[in-house]
Amino acid sequence: MLNQLFLTLISGVFIGGVAGYLGTLMLSKKMSVVAGPLAHLALPGVALAIIYGFSLSLGAFPFVILGAILIWILEKKTKLPMENLSAIIFASGVGIALLILPIGEAEEALVGNITKITFTETLITIVLSLIVFYVVNKIYKEMMLMNVYDDLAKVEGVNTSLYNLLYLLSIAVVVGLGVYLVGGLITAAIIAIPSASAKNISKGLLSYKISAVMFGVVSAIIGIVIAQLAQLPTGPLVIITNVFLFLISIIFRRKSLYIN
Amino acid sequence: MNDILLDVKNLNVNLDGEKILENLSFNVKQGEILTILGPNGAGKSILLKTLLGFLPYKGSIKWNQKPKIGYLPQGLNQLRAKDLPLTVQDFFSLKNISPTNKDIGKYLSLVGLEKEIIFKKAGSLSGGQFQRMLVAWVLISQPDVIFFDEPTAGIDIGGGETIYSLLHNIWKTEKLTIFLVTHDLSIVYKHSTNVLCLSRKGHYCFGAPKETLNERTLEQIFGTEIKLYEHH
Repeated sequence: MLNQLFLTLISGVFIGGVAGYLGTLMLSKKMSVVAGPLAHLALPGVALAIIYGFSLSLGAFPFVILGAILIWILEKKTKLPMENLSAIIFASGVGIALLILPIGEAEEALVGNITKITFTETLITIVLSLIVFYVVNKIYKEMMLMNVYDDLAKVEGVNTSLYNLLYLLSIAVVVGLGVYLVGGLITAAIIAIPSASAKNISKGLLSYKISAVMFGVVSAIIGIVIAQLAQLPTGPLVIITNVFLFLISIIFRRKSLYIN
Repeated sequence: MNDILLDVKNLNVNLDGEKILENLSFNVKQGEILTILGPNGAGKSILLKTLLGFLPYKGSIKWNQKPKIGYLPQGLNQLRAKDLPLTVQDFFSLKNISPTNKDIGKYLSLVGLEKEIIFKKAGSLSGGQFQRMLVAWVLISQPDVIFFDEPTAGIDIGGGETIYSLLHNIWKTEKLTIFLVTHDLSIVYKHSTNVLCLSRKGHYCFGAPKETLNERTLEQIFGTEIKLYEHH
């Protein structure tokens, strides 16, 4: 029992941290909506995993990675805005999931099952989180510049297409991991909320990154612990903790306005 | 005895089936200031982007040597920077050269900004300060050639004047070649070696400002815009 809690906390910390870090790159209008649809795309995969009884991530990963590559190709080909493409991907994900997902067993798919995570799955989570952390760190300054001013990035010699792909794949992996922690419906929240909170209290880039990771990690820990104590589902509590911390960050933001 | 740095011959650019630039020819020598003049929609920014290699074209664009080009695009929206917690220092750190604080301070002084603003949020600078910071951002890579696309857009008249004299000073000290897009005729006479004018109807002119610009060419370039206003 205690062992299981330990595995749950460790994976929660890694997933929450890397999702928070990745989220700091997504506060631009074009990108912030992409994680949601990708997460929904995990649903059919999760449904298959439940039906055939294999690991959740084995089901989720192929779908989200395919989705990421699909968004990347469609954006290049059609020049449609990403939010538009994401809506299409979103609809297909939910549509397929509703067709094949056994509704009675849908809870795991919707709210995650990190409390049942195995030792091997925890190891995989740690390794994948570290890889994504490394990749995001590598592409960070170029992606940030692209997000602020695309043209400046091009002059700096950034291969915007390659970076977009790496970025989408990172999102896909985090979304796949997020399915464990909070399920397929609300995965976008563990990516989007920590960075929003971090932005409220940060003046510079470094504090922004660090506090987003901290918000992600702390929300995961508090959410998991409260869920254990109160015997409630973990995913929703992680999200609610995130939202609660976000509300607190708004108070701090007000204060800093007066100081300035 | 100046070398020709850029030679453009019969340049054609089509975007979405629309002819933007047609049979455009001009050249730029090392150390010159070329002003690109013309009404909205004449293709000034498109020309810069084509020269940067961002857009497909037909014809020939020949750079002598491979110059390091700096580029300040038109109307970078400061709101985008306000959306993110980026200090001036952070903003410079996004460059591939990763400049040191000492370098950043040096270039901020060069464009007439206080070194202390390095720790301020880029989004909290005034419009004029932000534009100067962007000029420093471009200069710190030590380019040989700089493309400025309406660097004074959104800055009040006095501020615009000082940005231009700033550019002129930097041009003199750093021995740069400058491509400058502007609507402002007085700048053309005051600061440029050559002027290239573009119009929406495909009238072009190219040469030294005093020889090239007269009432007739100006009407050909800007006349359409004036008539459009009269119809409304």
